[in-house]
Amino acid sequence: MHNFDFVKPASIADAVKALSSDGAQALSGGQTLLPTMKQRLAAPAVLVSLTGIAEMKGVCRGDGGLHVGAATTHATVAKEAAAHYPALAALAGGIGDPAVRNRGTIGGSIANNDPAACYPAGVLGSGATVVTSKRKIAADDFFQGLFSTALDEGEIVTEVRFPIPEKAAYVKFQQPASRFALTGVFVAKFGTGVRVAVTGAGQGGVFRWTEAEAALSRSFAPGAVDGLSLSGDDMISDLHGSAAYRANLVKVLTGRAVAAAG
Amino acid sequence: MKKVHVTTNVNGDQVEFLADPRETLLDCLRNHLDLTGTKEGCGTGDCGACSVTLDGTLVCSCLVLGVEAEGKKIETIEGMASDGELHPLQRKFIEHAALQCGFCTPGILVAAKSLLDTNPDPSESEIRFWLAGNLCRCTGYDKIVRAVQDAAAEMRGAA
Repeated sequence: MHNFDFVKPASIADAVKALSSDGAQALSGGQTLLPTMKQRLAAPAVLVSLTGIAEMKGVCRGDGGLHVGAATTHATVAKEAAAHYPALAALAGGIGDPAVRNRGTIGGSIANNDPAACYPAGVLGSGATVVTSKRKIAADDFFQGLFSTALDEGEIVTEVRFPIPEKAAYVKFQQPASRFALTGVFVAKFGTGVRVAVTGAGQGGVFRWTEAEAALSRSFAPGAVDGLSLSGDDMISDLHGSAAYRANLVKVLTGRAVAAAG
Repeated sequence: MKKVHVTTNVNGDQVEFLADPRETLLDCLRNHLDLTGTKEGCGTGDCGACSVTLDGTLVCSCLVLGVEAEGKKIETIEGMASDGELHPLQRKFIEHAALQCGFCTPGILVAAKSLLDTNPDPSESEIRFWLAGNLCRCTGYDKIVRAVQDAAAEMRGAA
């Protein structure tokens, strides 16, 4: 790792102030950032730890849904969201391994926006609202392509607010070594319609499969997507699976997620 | 860059050290506190050889900065045996020959203990899922899983 100074503010306001210095970077659970720094792909001058900010931790019921503090670990979401939003809790409980789940956070995951991460699918599929240190951003506007988001320089995700759907499920076909999603699909049925978010497949990161949303809004049954076809043109292709294979996985997993949602 | 004074509790002992912010908790345990039982395998959170518990939760110490240990409670493999008596997991690993080269063993023991602390009667698949973050290139895992099951049974008083 390159040299850096370390600060650990106790409030969001202090963290924002610390992040305004040159070359400052926020550190949440560190499960992606620290390996990246070890490989010298990131070299912040100041690392601002968000792990000491109590107001960014925890899961609670709030206006119209479930509020999850951005510094809440996957393990905590798996446990504490289970009674309120089981599909989200199951998603969090399936990320990585126990050690990753005990450190990694929801805010860190979505701010990083890895194209194969699970949380972006849960946040986009739920139509959640991302609350930051200066505004509220709809999930549809937050994710902007590979590893890029609507966040400005020095802006911190502080909370994610999930509306709770009538039915939902997340199904991933996992890369067996990393347990990242080779492809993962989050399906959520609301009174107003169905949302389908896909991770691990799109070249531009997480995306909504709008044709499936329309079909499932008409009939929320696993077979409703049978007649649809998804092009592999914009899909990721790597040694784990071709673009066409991933396109097929999206369709298969969407059906399975609908079946799992019941 | 500026070093940071860290006070923390390791295996029940209050300790302090001066950490370069770049040093991981693993570096601090091994190089400042001479607790070399915790191993560095991959350094990227994939292998679990560096598993310790931080405030009771299992973590890869290679992916936690040493400065983040301030005011926390850390348990390592060195704290597992007590008063010269091996922990049942340690004994069962020997009985079942659940190790060969032994490099992954401290991490697997710490991870397995963390499982049994919350789930005294795990199924085989719960053990396998829990230990998914701990890689062993010698044993093929089967003896490890059996040793954990046997230790769990003994600790429940069922064996």
